[in-house]
Amino acid sequence: MYNQASYSDNSTFFQKVKSLDYSLLICILLIGVISSFSMYSTDGGELLYHTKSHIIRFIIFFVMMIFLSFLNIRFWHSVGYLFYILILGLLLFASFYGVTASGSQRWISLYFINIQPSELMKIAIIICLAKYYHRSQINNINTFRNLLIPITILILPILLVISQPDLGTSILIGLSGLVVLWLAGINIKYFIYSSLVLIISMPFVISFLQPYQKARILTFFDPDKDPLGAGYQIIQSKIAVGSGGLYGKGYLKGTQSYLEFLPEKHTDFIFTLFSEEYGFLGSMFLLLVYAIIIFRILRIGAISRSFFAKIFCFSFASAIFIYISVNMSMVLGLVPIVGSPLPIMSYGGSSMLATMIGFSVVMSSKIHRRQLIS
Amino acid sequence: MIDSSDSGIKKLNTINRRMFIISAAKALVFTGIIARLFSLQISDNKKYLTLSDKNRLREWRLPPIRGEFLDYFGNTIAGNLKVYQLHVIPEQVEDFKSLMVRLKDILDLSKNEFTKIIKKKNSQKNWETLIVSENLSWDQFSKVNYYLHELVGAKPVLSVVRSYPFKDNYTHVLGYVSQASEQDLLNNKLIKKNHVPGLRVGKNGLEKTYENQLIGSNGVQRYEVNAYGKRINQLDHVEGTKGQNITLTIDTEIQKLCNELMLNKSGSISVMDIFNGEIIAMHSSPSFDPNLFLYGISHENWKSIRENPLKPLINKTISGLYSPGSTIKPIVALSALENDIINPNFRVKCSGKMEMYGQTYHCWKEKGHGVVNLRSAIKQSCDTYFYEVARKLGVDRLSDTALKFGLGAKVLEGIYENEKKGLVPNTKWKRNALGKGWVLGETLITGIGQGYIQATPIQLCLMTAQIANGGHKIYPKIILNKDDESIDEIKNKMENSEILDKKNTTQSLLKVGEEIFNNDDKKYYKLFKNPENIKLVIDGMFGSTNEIRGTSYRSRIDDPKYQFAGKTGTAQVKRITEEQRELDLKTEQIPYESRDHALYIAFGPYKKPRYALSIIIEHGGSGGVVAAPMAKKLFKMIIDRHDLRELTKKNLMSA
Repeated sequence: MYNQASYSDNSTFFQKVKSLDYSLLICILLIGVISSFSMYSTDGGELLYHTKSHIIRFIIFFVMMIFLSFLNIRFWHSVGYLFYILILGLLLFASFYGVTASGSQRWISLYFINIQPSELMKIAIIICLAKYYHRSQINNINTFRNLLIPITILILPILLVISQPDLGTSILIGLSGLVVLWLAGINIKYFIYSSLVLIISMPFVISFLQPYQKARILTFFDPDKDPLGAGYQIIQSKIAVGSGGLYGKGYLKGTQSYLEFLPEKHTDFIFTLFSEEYGFLGSMFLLLVYAIIIFRILRIGAISRSFFAKIFCFSFASAIFIYISVNMSMVLGLVPIVGSPLPIMSYGGSSMLATMIGFSVVMSSKIHRRQLIS
Repeated sequence: MIDSSDSGIKKLNTINRRMFIISAAKALVFTGIIARLFSLQISDNKKYLTLSDKNRLREWRLPPIRGEFLDYFGNTIAGNLKVYQLHVIPEQVEDFKSLMVRLKDILDLSKNEFTKIIKKKNSQKNWETLIVSENLSWDQFSKVNYYLHELVGAKPVLSVVRSYPFKDNYTHVLGYVSQASEQDLLNNKLIKKNHVPGLRVGKNGLEKTYENQLIGSNGVQRYEVNAYGKRINQLDHVEGTKGQNITLTIDTEIQKLCNELMLNKSGSISVMDIFNGEIIAMHSSPSFDPNLFLYGISHENWKSIRENPLKPLINKTISGLYSPGSTIKPIVALSALENDIINPNFRVKCSGKMEMYGQTYHCWKEKGHGVVNLRSAIKQSCDTYFYEVARKLGVDRLSDTALKFGLGAKVLEGIYENEKKGLVPNTKWKRNALGKGWVLGETLITGIGQGYIQATPIQLCLMTAQIANGGHKIYPKIILNKDDESIDEIKNKMENSEILDKKNTTQSLLKVGEEIFNNDDKKYYKLFKNPENIKLVIDGMFGSTNEIRGTSYRSRIDDPKYQFAGKTGTAQVKRITEEQRELDLKTEQIPYESRDHALYIAFGPYKKPRYALSIIIEHGGSGGVVAAPMAKKLFKMIIDRHDLRELTKKNLMSA
């Protein structure tokens, strides 16, 4: 491991293919297949628009992910800042020229496809901060300058996304960034202080929220208060999951979703539909697959020699975990409803693209695990 | 380079340590999510499964189809009509106002109708169904269905309403139905169970009494609906059961004749089988068309019914109380004979009036009847004779006999809730009720059916029937039963029955209510001690109708097939003053309210009696002139239809 050969990566293409992480690939593929079936169910058991475009997207992005995996990890390191600045630019563009959908200006229309830069920012922020901390010395991390720069990097996109307004995504971006800061070794006391400040300032923050967001938070604490209004989603979602039971109602037999009681069933509430149809056992299986994915990413991070790859993998694994747990807690009524997709399962191109880019960086880390970055 | 430096190692240590902390947190969060899934899907599965079914399943309860009423020959006299209605539940409507405006347009409602609906809406709870229209025409119904997508909250439904094809002929017999009130729901569990908005239940008469048999049960349609309440598919259709049909003993043709005879008159006609007690006709006049109430009666119609001085809303047959007048005389005579006060040869000289205790008691015939015996006294209805008989008999013995023969007790106990008992006075009653002693003069006028004594038309009919059948107790009924006793069985039982004596009189009368429902226990008691006495009375009644100088001689039928015997009655409504007596006015000259009630009781055919009837015409004048001719027409039809009736019965029994 300390010999000279490992310093640079000169393995052949065949060797590279061989060192792809196949268990990770299989798990991703599995989720892709499961999500396609679920999407088919949300379309009411017909091959309609959502299912078709979801499958096509998955295939394209999956193939793309494998190709990108062969890029050297140094490439990702070198484009880190550029990538971030590009997405930040798109975010800015979106806030001026974006397409407004369901009350939020978060889309950029590229004629053939709509892009949601905030979703891409979820991965860009990790790459950018990973690059930043790859260079910095551990002893300087808690200096003012070294705190200010990453916090600025983090705050800028959050502010832009919040103003769209898209609370869910901005929270996820914030949490992803914070994980990187945490792993980089920022003093625990800063985390403690800032969370204290956050809690104290909560009432003030809430007063600045949009009315519908306030309603969502209130609804979370008492969904039965307004069962046909803001509480509707959470109640119906719980009913769907709860009525699934141990074995589920069976594929295409989820009455809650089939009869349109479930809102947003192909995006944020896809897990509800899945859980209704496959029950507790199915949900456990899905969780297991996700857990394997997270575990594989963590392992790749552990064996990577470059700090960039290591901190990226650890952060990305944690980010994936955060997406999953926020989404599931939300549909199970554990946290207030904020828009947050379930990685790969949920319908949405940008989200899937961002996740796949993340996977290709991970895969690249695996292939080039011995690569050092100066 | 990084690896080897101290800083690098420290950095790696930090990241590994912190990653470990995060991993621990991850495990914790995943455990939390799994626990939540477990609690929702395993622990509370049943609860959510129910909620999910509640979400997707909607029940539509269809109104139960009410049992029909049939007449003796199986004709429907109260049936069902299918109607299209429009229901709205205000609570489930987003914008009630605009829906109503739209409906007003589509249904072409007048301003008046529209405000009525709004008023109705304001008077009921928000979740109660508002019936916008009781009876949509087919045009309106299809129009509503066509625009249904823009009428969210409006429900066109198929409902059934009662219809009475014979209109005013059966109004008082059947009673009527109307929308179930809260009180109805509270009082009757079956109504509550089967209730749907707009359900009509019996409010009066047989419709009310037999509610539980008639009501039937709901049909249920179960649909799977989506989140917008749209029916996706029908899962289940449970047919409701129709209520039981109830067959009456009434013959529609005779009932109709009664109605015709009583046209524009106030009063009642009852016809009864003297053996099995079947009521063959029972009409109270004036009547009204109950179909007017079907979709809510108009104000004008209701006013005209309510304010009619002839009181069409009262069922006079069972709740009209009248002095029996001379129709009581057969009972007075019988009582005197039974108690050995007189014998058939007992004679009284009638001079038109008699003085007693300082009072003058007049006979209806001013010149007097001369010397009369029992037979001619009944035949000519001599008041003087019966004053004298009553005086000798005393009111207490008279009241015993009257009670035995059915006066002073409800005839159709438990069937009509507004039936009246009437009154048979005696000394004890007066002391208890009025706190005064009995005066002998009161006995005299009781002897000619005036004074305190009061009877309903159906009681007089029963009384006549029980004289006509040879003096046996019978059990009147209006509902036909397959396992009723045959006439032969009854006649047989009558011959072998015990005498209803004083000891078990009250007991038996109390038992009557229970016995009605139990054929085996029915005892056709002898109401006499000596059958000869009954024969004497019957013979007197024959004379009254069929012999010259009889009070209803002009209404006789000579053909023995139809020949009947009867007794007229003319009941004073007011005390006649001496001046009025001097004037001797014709009926037409007296103001309506002061005119006498005309009564007639009769049975026939005389040789082989089978049917009894009573006729009362309020303020009709003389019984012999007004009431008896009706009996002639009735007997003609009753006896003509007798064979058909017997045949129908035979078929029914063998079926």
